[in-house]
Amino acid sequence: MAKGDPGVTTRGRRAAPRSKKAGAGKAGDPELVQLLTPEGERIESVTGPDGTEYRVDFTDEEYRGLYRDLVLVRKLDAEATALQRQGELGIWASLLGQEAAQVGSGRALRTQDMAFPTYREHGVLYCRGIDPIMPLGLFRGVDQGGWDPNEFKFNMYTIVIGAQTLHATGYAMGIAMDGKTGTDDGEAVIAYFGDGATSQGDVNESFVWAGVFNAPMVFFCQNNQYAISEPLERQTRIPLYQRAAGFGFPGIRVDGNDVLATYAVTRQALDNARHGQGPSLIEAYTYRMGAHTTSDDPTRYRIASEVEAWQAKDPIARMKAFLTKQQLADADFFAEVDEQARRESVHLRERVLAMPNPEPTTLFDHVYPNGSPLVEQQREQFSRYLESFEGSAH
Amino acid sequence: MSRIKEFNLPDLGEGLTEGEILSWLVAVGDTIELNQPIVEVETAKAAVEIPAKWAGRVQAIFHPEGTTVEVGTPIIAIDTDPNAGPVETPDTPSGTAGGDDLPTPSAASLAAVEVAPAEGMVEPGLIGGPAPGGRTAVLVGYGPRTTAAKRRPRKGDVPAQARPAAAGAAPARPEPAAAPPVEAAPAADRNGHTGAGGLVLAKPPVRKLAKDLGVDLATLTGSGPLGSITREDVQRAAAGATAAAEPVAATRPATAAASFGADREQRIPVKGVRKLTAENMVRSAFTAPHVTEFLTVDMTRAMKALDRLRNRPEWRDVRVSPLLLVAKAVLLAVKRHPMVNSTWSGDEIVVKEYVNLGIAAATERGLIVPNIKDAGRLSLRDLADALTDLVQTAKAGRTSPADMSGGTLTITNVGVFGVDTGTPILPPGESAILAFGAVREMPWVHKGKVRPRQVTTLGLSFDHRIIDGELGSKFLRDIGDFLSDPEAALLAWT
Repeated sequence: MAKGDPGVTTRGRRAAPRSKKAGAGKAGDPELVQLLTPEGERIESVTGPDGTEYRVDFTDEEYRGLYRDLVLVRKLDAEATALQRQGELGIWASLLGQEAAQVGSGRALRTQDMAFPTYREHGVLYCRGIDPIMPLGLFRGVDQGGWDPNEFKFNMYTIVIGAQTLHATGYAMGIAMDGKTGTDDGEAVIAYFGDGATSQGDVNESFVWAGVFNAPMVFFCQNNQYAISEPLERQTRIPLYQRAAGFGFPGIRVDGNDVLATYAVTRQALDNARHGQGPSLIEAYTYRMGAHTTSDDPTRYRIASEVEAWQAKDPIARMKAFLTKQQLADADFFAEVDEQARRESVHLRERVLAMPNPEPTTLFDHVYPNGSPLVEQQREQFSRYLESFEGSAH
Repeated sequence: MSRIKEFNLPDLGEGLTEGEILSWLVAVGDTIELNQPIVEVETAKAAVEIPAKWAGRVQAIFHPEGTTVEVGTPIIAIDTDPNAGPVETPDTPSGTAGGDDLPTPSAASLAAVEVAPAEGMVEPGLIGGPAPGGRTAVLVGYGPRTTAAKRRPRKGDVPAQARPAAAGAAPARPEPAAAPPVEAAPAADRNGHTGAGGLVLAKPPVRKLAKDLGVDLATLTGSGPLGSITREDVQRAAAGATAAAEPVAATRPATAAASFGADREQRIPVKGVRKLTAENMVRSAFTAPHVTEFLTVDMTRAMKALDRLRNRPEWRDVRVSPLLLVAKAVLLAVKRHPMVNSTWSGDEIVVKEYVNLGIAAATERGLIVPNIKDAGRLSLRDLADALTDLVQTAKAGRTSPADMSGGTLTITNVGVFGVDTGTPILPPGESAILAFGAVREMPWVHKGKVRPRQVTTLGLSFDHRIIDGELGSKFLRDIGDFLSDPEAALLAWT
């Protein structure tokens, strides 16, 4: 193991970022990596607490692509929320406000990297190339989420808070044992979770295991400031990313509303992991602009002025401002993206409304890959029960 | 598929059974877009806006604001093709296939909200059975629904007496309402056992209801399974008893032989602001030992000072009321006695350096107490604006939860109701509340002579765990001093 090598992480006092542009060094957030200010100003590079220099070098087309991702992801999410309000989904967990954290980290993943999401990672799911209809089937209750985790390298949504960090740690230890790390095309794992999950045993156990076994993974915490209604100050006395030090691996805080910084930091952390340098914790500092889920009413526990303050840090607005100022995109481009988003959301709606209700007996289909006598017996019993009703087609 | 589509209230949370229509954001005739917010609905979990499921024109709105509607009930009809000419379908018989496409409000949409289905085929006590007041309060998502349970019929095992009766319904059984009223039941004991030794069949909740309504179970003929007495039987008997006692009650409302039954009582569900107020009052009244003191003050000089203030050009557009001076008096007095602005939290007293000044306001939805944040730092002018703003927001019903939380000290302006003063109850977590009575012209000894003066009475309640009589008295005295002579107090104190 490479543990014990003091060169892996920097000990001692953390130096303030040596950024020439002071955007990342604002008072109060001295250790927030930021490459794009809320006003849309680019910061060339930021030096992290361990001396790593964070920068991005995108082509114009790639910058525009990131913007398109952000807008599409937000629009599809809004459509899903509307569908829930109209009785077409049982529940929906909106990602509103967290688009940059998800698109930035999702695009930083390489094809071979494996992601373990919570139930809110619709933006990462989109970046993995999964049809955005998939989670809607899950929340409509017509299937269990229909994508193949192996094909897309994106695990099933996990509803249990923090449980997926253990799955991810096990998976990461597995690929290390299989010798799939250590090279440029090695594999790495990313585990998503929220600020509330950091108080869970599962997450802390994952930290211990990943740290001790030097698992090739990234813990990606979207700190959206609330665990349903519980504010961050009820989760921690220190910034969350500093927790990593106690488990023996580096932690860093990135502006989670800055898609460029999130991309740079995540890409670096994943590459460190795939090269055998062990786990790290990224705290993407962001804000949940909407409700926890459609069953929640955030006006009951947070004040409007706080939401307004975060509105000013909107991830899409700053990207748009950047593209406009740098003349990387014009009004036609923005209109075209909006039109695409509208078209895709209408398409999404039509497909959701057309989703067939599953046959009750499909319940038994995927319990075992090759069937089981007991499950077959239960299927028979259930079929007979269904046939006992008048007018049943069975 | 009809072009008129009805939208049913969906389950907005997980397992909710109903929602209250807070406000309609569209009106009949409005053209609406897909996903345009149309209505705000409050459920047990959240107040949410519902976006339109279809674009088109609003054809009908089935429930007014303030109604509580069951999940699954149509709330709005939308003409999805308003340019296709007049709607030709209003007299199409409803009840055909495709229930959600009915052109006219389906029966369910017009069924009285909060009234349980009247059909007798569902046993009381079972899911879907009738319940008191039309429904049963349940925990969110669990417990009985009050709509009739629609069970799919099973093949072959139809209960012999149940299904044919469904067609005939009520007339098939003897009319229990005609049963003799309470007094005519000597043969039964309190438990509903008949004197003849026969056992009256009724479930415990029905027995309880009968007891509450004063109906003797032994006198009733049960209409439920095995002749058991249902909730409806009891309610009908209770109504019948009243009807029998007052056969012409409808035409002669005030008769001598008055009944004191349910027909002359109004039952208002305790919810919303009323419920919250009640909880707060009980919590405060029985945890904080209240003391109330009174002080009568000559406000003549203060009222004149207000007039002078109104006449200043820069104050011309500002709403200036005696309440403003009282607020200022309280804020200045707090500075001199910071301890009154505090909270009892068990093992310590939290003394606050900021004053979030609560103003009790009567609104259509009940009593609310929004507060002015950090009022101690405001200039008199800013305070006046904040007061006006607070009152207007409250009257418009737009006060946010944040505006109502975090209050540290409160004024209740009972004078606007024309009374002299009161003994107010502390808002929970606060240590002092001032009642400001009406300012009246009263005989008052002024410079040795009885003169008509503008006089008011202040009532200060305080938490005696924190504030002793001496401190409370000084605080009230200072408020009085300011209101007697604001200019002198300002010069002396600031």
